[in-house]
Amino acid sequence: MADINSILATDCGSTTTKAILIEKQGDEYRLVVRGEAPTTVEAPFDDVTVGVVNAVREVEELAGRRILDDAGHIIIRDAEGADGVDMYLSTSSAGGGLQMTVAGVVKAMSAESAERAALGAGAIIIDVIAVDDGRKDYEKVKRIRELRPDMILCSGGTDGGTVKHLVELAEMLVSADPKPRLGIGLRLPVIYAGNKDAREPVKEVLDDRVDLRIVDNLRPTLDRENLDPAREAIHELFLQHVMQQAPGYGKLSDWVSSGIMSTPNAVGKIIQTVAEQMRINVLAADIGGATTDVFSVFEGTYNRTVSANLGMSYSICNVLAEAGTSGIARWAPFDVDEAGLRNTLRNKMIRPTTIPQSLRDLRIEQAVSREALRLAFEHHKTLARSLKGVQTVRTVGEIMDQKETGATLVDLMNLDMIIGSGGVLSHAPRRTEAAYMMLDAYQPEGVTMLAVDSIFMMPQLGVLSTVQPEAAAQVFERDCLIKLGSVIAPVGKMKPGEIACSVNIDGAVHNVPFGSLKLVPLSVGEVREVTIRPGGKMDVGAGRGRELTTKIEGGAVGVIIDCRGRPLALPDSAPARIEKLREWHAALGLEVE
Amino acid sequence: MGTAYTPGLKVSPGTVIRKQRRLPLKGKVLVDVGDRVAADTVVARTDIPGIIQTVKVAEILGLEPQEAIAALQVKEGDEVVAGQVFAETKSFFGLFKSECKTPFTGTVELISNATGHVGVRLPSKPVEVTAYVNGVVAEVMEDEGVVVETYGALVQGIFGVGGERMGKLTMGVSSAGAMLTADCISSEHAGAVIVGGAGVDLAGLRKAASVGAQGVVVGAIVDTDLVGYLGHDIGVAITGHEDIPTTLILTEGFGSIAMAARTFDLLKSLEGRDVSINGATQIRAGVIRPEIIAPLDAKPDQVAEWAQGQILDIGTHIRVIREPYFGRLGEVTKLPPELVEVESGAVVRILEAQLDGGETVVVPRANVEIIEG
Repeated sequence: MADINSILATDCGSTTTKAILIEKQGDEYRLVVRGEAPTTVEAPFDDVTVGVVNAVREVEELAGRRILDDAGHIIIRDAEGADGVDMYLSTSSAGGGLQMTVAGVVKAMSAESAERAALGAGAIIIDVIAVDDGRKDYEKVKRIRELRPDMILCSGGTDGGTVKHLVELAEMLVSADPKPRLGIGLRLPVIYAGNKDAREPVKEVLDDRVDLRIVDNLRPTLDRENLDPAREAIHELFLQHVMQQAPGYGKLSDWVSSGIMSTPNAVGKIIQTVAEQMRINVLAADIGGATTDVFSVFEGTYNRTVSANLGMSYSICNVLAEAGTSGIARWAPFDVDEAGLRNTLRNKMIRPTTIPQSLRDLRIEQAVSREALRLAFEHHKTLARSLKGVQTVRTVGEIMDQKETGATLVDLMNLDMIIGSGGVLSHAPRRTEAAYMMLDAYQPEGVTMLAVDSIFMMPQLGVLSTVQPEAAAQVFERDCLIKLGSVIAPVGKMKPGEIACSVNIDGAVHNVPFGSLKLVPLSVGEVREVTIRPGGKMDVGAGRGRELTTKIEGGAVGVIIDCRGRPLALPDSAPARIEKLREWHAALGLEVE
Repeated sequence: MGTAYTPGLKVSPGTVIRKQRRLPLKGKVLVDVGDRVAADTVVARTDIPGIIQTVKVAEILGLEPQEAIAALQVKEGDEVVAGQVFAETKSFFGLFKSECKTPFTGTVELISNATGHVGVRLPSKPVEVTAYVNGVVAEVMEDEGVVVETYGALVQGIFGVGGERMGKLTMGVSSAGAMLTADCISSEHAGAVIVGGAGVDLAGLRKAASVGAQGVVVGAIVDTDLVGYLGHDIGVAITGHEDIPTTLILTEGFGSIAMAARTFDLLKSLEGRDVSINGATQIRAGVIRPEIIAPLDAKPDQVAEWAQGQILDIGTHIRVIREPYFGRLGEVTKLPPELVEVESGAVVRILEAQLDGGETVVVPRANVEIIEG
């Protein structure tokens, strides 16, 4: 490949299309400018490339150079060309995403592995079918018919195990005679990733009726998952079948220098790279208008979940339905009229691109985001877990800890970094607000670094990392990841006012009472070794009541000592709660309304 | 110039409207190109195959799959009726006999050697698609459906619930700012599509449903009234399948907002006409907006292109669609090009507007929509 000096990358989200321009400056790649425009997959445009061109036009204006030709096409320049870029890449989540049904023999084993495979491939799971899921066959058949998934992933049986149940699953699919959501007359893609001994009988049942692909078993033995072949097949089918149906994608595919990647796949890619390179446990969330994706890497195991109906615009009323008005209002540092809150959120749903003008409105939107992030995280914890059904030899300590197979892999005490992405976090008017939202939603334990995606460009860097890993890594580190600062959060409960932890930073001892927050200024890049002394039986990572010597790092916000207790309990009465919330806002230097 | 929120909603007194009428599965199209159709004309029909019910013959007879298949008395393609003996085995010199009867009527479609199960497909169910609007068949999609074309008025709402309905358009109030209450509705509204002004309350909606009104079109509704009418909350904005007697269409939003004068006046001019309405809304990629279609008698030789008029300029009439001035009308007085920090701390493109009360305010451009003056 010729020298790549200028790279344009877009991400077509369900609400907004974002474009970034990256250029080589000396020896390193840096972000130059960013533009955005509303996504245009709906009337009157019905063409995703219109939004792309609008976003690129903004980039052109800001960069002061020509990227589009007179016909509105992106110029890929030759060796001597002054205009245009050397490479154009894109990701996309517009078009409703990939909707899948997964099927397995045992719900807690093969069906769950299938679910992880599909989620990791960027899908939205609309149903999980298992032989033992408690529903009658006809109920499952009816459900498959009603849902009209984009594709089905069928798994089950370890290699050499059950054949009969898999043939039964295949027979059930035949009964349902499922039709794909898009494209009348097309055959529904079905990926078979189960017991290899059942391939032939399953093929016999399904071959003429669906578009069948056979890949390696995703759970070849009870204690091993092999999700990559199924994920690759899903991704390939997604590009062939689903993305092509979205308005304008054919055109966009012709423009890009490398294949269009689905947004969640791209973000997952960059998160895995961060965890690997920095050798840390990472949790990341991308909160969008329609969905919230959660990614985690714990001890090298990558998991991704998507909460398809938790988001800040299209899906905002689903957050309301799941959390309830009181669930949202509890985070507002003022009295909230519940009927008014409902109307406000409904209006945001039907006019998704409006933005909070008043501080009060912003605080309400941030209250919703806390619940959306929290609910999506709860969902993630239930799926990101160790394999069920595996026999393990447990130590006495593990038995005492009541750890068992199938326990969640998410361990907040061993979590090193939380990265927030998506409009409400990346574009929060003050970085402290982003930190505060993540603090409430995730309630990190011990010492954890909080960070945000500066301007919401992880998807573009994810796709870039597949073709120009060096450029992606440089831009991620220098321009994308904004470290907000370490959080120190002791776990446990004490009486209000008792000292929950003492931290000595640069000679100043910060004694923080239980029930309060403290912000200690420490700039970006400043690292300190500190000794944290927990009060009473509080635990900061070394055990209950034991002091911990560790490194903390400053950031755009500073170091936050969060002694509100874990789990965080808000006062029950509204006046007491509001008073407490106002106190915490003040501690972080935030105005209330 | 700048960017205002553009929901792309049509409010047109006369336009060519094409509606695709498609079967869920392939079937038979019953009309030809050029045929005149009424809203309730059936244009295509198909049979949705019944589901397959599994009869576990091997388990019922206590046999291995291969033995069960050997004992079968039916083959693939056979029609069977409930109670019919499917398979029979004799043992102990034929003295004892066990039999397996089908509990279902249908067609044997699947006999599995691997499991010893038999799949019986239940009888199919007919599904019909109507024309939905009075018009002419413009296109036939072979085996799939048709496109019906009509010339008429079209009003797209911003949100709705309930599916396709037809009825006579009737004004329930006399001004765009008035509320449609239960008092405005009587038995004379049976079969009608009632147009209100600023909104409808729960009692009004229930009265409309009880008298048999087909639809209610208003500016806005208070969310708790909508939940009360539906009997459940709405999570995601994908609607149209609610089991409700009267379709509801909102033209403006939630709360109490006067219907835009242009929309109200257009609907008033259509009073007494047969209209087709649909509350189905999907506010995501592939957006679907609720609609009111009133086919008109004659199509003029030239149909003016519908102009969106979505350019913000000094003097443009706007409505603010977010707090703190939500629902207020005004006129743009300044469009500064530079980014400005608003109270929330967000740094955005703004405009200055004189609101109808006389005060001049600053509003993010993303928080206004353009309305006709």
